Amino acid sequence: MPIRKTPLAAAFALSTALVMPAGASDLSGTLTIFSDMSNPAPRAVMEDMVARFEEMHPDLEIELTVIDREAYKTQIRNFLTANPPDVANWYAANRMRPYVAAGLFEDVSDLWMEPEIAENLASTKGAMTLDGKQWGVPYTYYQWGVYYREDIYNDLGLEEPTDWETFKSNCQAILDSGVKCFTIGTKFLWTAGGWFDYLNMRTNGYDFHMALTNGEVEWTDDRVRQTFANWRELIDMGAFVDNHQSYSWQEALPFMVNGEAAAYLMGNFAVAPLRDAGLGVDQLDFYQFPAINADVELAEDAPTDTFHIPSGAENKEAARAFLRFVVSAENQTIINSGDALGQLPVNAQSSVDDDEMLNQGFEMLSSNSPGGIAQFFDRDAPAEMASVAMEGFQEFMVFPDNLEDILGRLEQARQRIY
Amino acid sequence: MTTASLTPTATPQRQESWVHRNRQTLAPWLFLAPGILFFLFYVIFPIYQSFNISLYQWDGLGEPQYIGLENYRELATDRAFEVSLWNNLKWLVLYLLAIPGGLFIALFLNQTVTGIRIYKSLFFFPFVISQVVVGLVFTWFYDPTFGLLNSLLGVVGLGPINVLGDPTLATYGIILAGLWPQVAYCMILYLTGLNAVDPEQVEAARLDGARGWRMLWYVILPQLRPATFIAFVVTIIGALRSFDLISIMTNGGPFGSTRVLSFYMFEKALSEYGFRMGYGAAIAVVLFLIMLVFIAYFLFSMWRDEREARR
Repeated sequence: MPIRKTPLAAAFALSTALVMPAGASDLSGTLTIFSDMSNPAPRAVMEDMVARFEEMHPDLEIELTVIDREAYKTQIRNFLTANPPDVANWYAANRMRPYVAAGLFEDVSDLWMEPEIAENLASTKGAMTLDGKQWGVPYTYYQWGVYYREDIYNDLGLEEPTDWETFKSNCQAILDSGVKCFTIGTKFLWTAGGWFDYLNMRTNGYDFHMALTNGEVEWTDDRVRQTFANWRELIDMGAFVDNHQSYSWQEALPFMVNGEAAAYLMGNFAVAPLRDAGLGVDQLDFYQFPAINADVELAEDAPTDTFHIPSGAENKEAARAFLRFVVSAENQTIINSGDALGQLPVNAQSSVDDDEMLNQGFEMLSSNSPGGIAQFFDRDAPAEMASVAMEGFQEFMVFPDNLEDILGRLEQARQRIY
Repeated sequence: MTTASLTPTATPQRQESWVHRNRQTLAPWLFLAPGILFFLFYVIFPIYQSFNISLYQWDGLGEPQYIGLENYRELATDRAFEVSLWNNLKWLVLYLLAIPGGLFIALFLNQTVTGIRIYKSLFFFPFVISQVVVGLVFTWFYDPTFGLLNSLLGVVGLGPINVLGDPTLATYGIILAGLWPQVAYCMILYLTGLNAVDPEQVEAARLDGARGWRMLWYVILPQLRPATFIAFVVTIIGALRSFDLISIMTNGGPFGSTRVLSFYMFEKALSEYGFRMGYGAAIAVVLFLIMLVFIAYFLFSMWRDEREARR
């Protein structure tokens, strides 16, 4: 559904709709928010969101501090212990673990009991749950999948694949025409984690994948080997661009733009730079990663970004009100629209912006991902395991013959870490 | 003078304050005090802290848990640590090439030709620019698809190589990038050293028939000893501190093959996937002990020189 409301009208509608039932105009004092939404578009979204919340609660003074997204990842440790704000950004799943374990995040299970949230945010509840409690609320998420050059596929007469055989035969046809099937840049490792996520979830299913990232399965297990065997089929075909270990994910984009590679397994954030580089509507399209093992249900990666209340917060009442406001259907529609974040809203009552990719992603996640929704390898696995494992994935993609050695190393790391 | 006037002056002399009496000994300590305090607080204390933290398991947030020498035991079986250690050794040995490199450029530039100052500053230029820029320039130079290196190799018919993507070559590629500014640094040290070479000795040697290598080895080099010593010190320290080039050019990869101890410590303790403070501290302690060998040697040779100078 397209949104054609101006932000102002929407804000007005929202304030009239929410102030009355919540009776929240009695909020007062100061609400400090530390945010990592430092890129231009997210920053504007955050500032606009704060402005609208402030308008609803005139007695409340909001202090917003926006910190560089990368720097935030290390600073959060300091400010949560030394100088906690009332609301802070972070990521879902195991990425929350260190702060939950150290008692630095407030348990917000009470918010998740409220019908408004319990009913409309059910799909992301699992990602916010650790030890049976919820520790924050999501505000946006985005799909992963295969973004491909529609024109190259059309020239070769190829269809979007839905099974592994077609996936491989498509790839062979593309390779025969002198183009690589997939671009990827593994210099910073995590892109290889995306491939492992999909291959493993398609080969062994979501539950196995979660058990593996939780350290309950040995890395030397035959099922894991099967995943790598499938991966190796692609590597041996020469499906990936050469020298990918030297490139970041952005540096790998030109291969696709120049037509030297036909597709990219990536998150939806890759769409904007691809379009900016000149790929038109009829050149760029999206398909869901095809099934490999017909016996396992399809499951997807959809990383979720979140808001939390530090346990040392001073104005927890206002912080809870802000979290309710963030996830409300109307606000979700506004902040995830194409001219704002351009991602998927977490509230089931919100409308998705009328964008080719977002529509397909929303459709896929809401109706064609029965297996479950994973966060991403480095959010589902503990940080240390993730770094060791992703390094192994990169090595495997360059030297597939080292597999035994890599798996032994990962298994050793697993026994130490968990 | 009368006795009446003597008494009052004698009394203050006897009551002369302790500070006044000991000012000869106190003054140097007072002047040194700020330096000593800062040195204790910013150098000695952190060293002690690193030793201490390396005995704990700590994520920087919760309660540190005492585990004795467990971190060191893990280091002994950690292959990434072993790779880092070897890479540190490669850096130490190969980085020393900067000293002869700098010496020969300095000898070459030590002549009076029109515009020699421009040539000298051009050769010195790489040391002036930031290491980050050096790293980026060399990354582009090595780039497997559009890099200058592969274009040059293509002209002589050699296949494309991906220097930074090949685990056997990547470290050497980075060291080469590091040598570029380091050679310039050694060159400037030798250029100033050559100014101080005694022309009369050179003249005398020439009369005795010394030239070429013999002149360099027996006459010039002994006079350049102070410059060589400084060049040695800064190069060793530069090799052990190598961090920014690695971070920029390969980020430790491919698959950890270009890590050195300082980078590995950063990864384990402070990076996005790290926060094992105890383990990081243990790596830092090992690095410190390696540096200590060189520092002790430098201090010893400085002390020896000073003692000889006093004789």
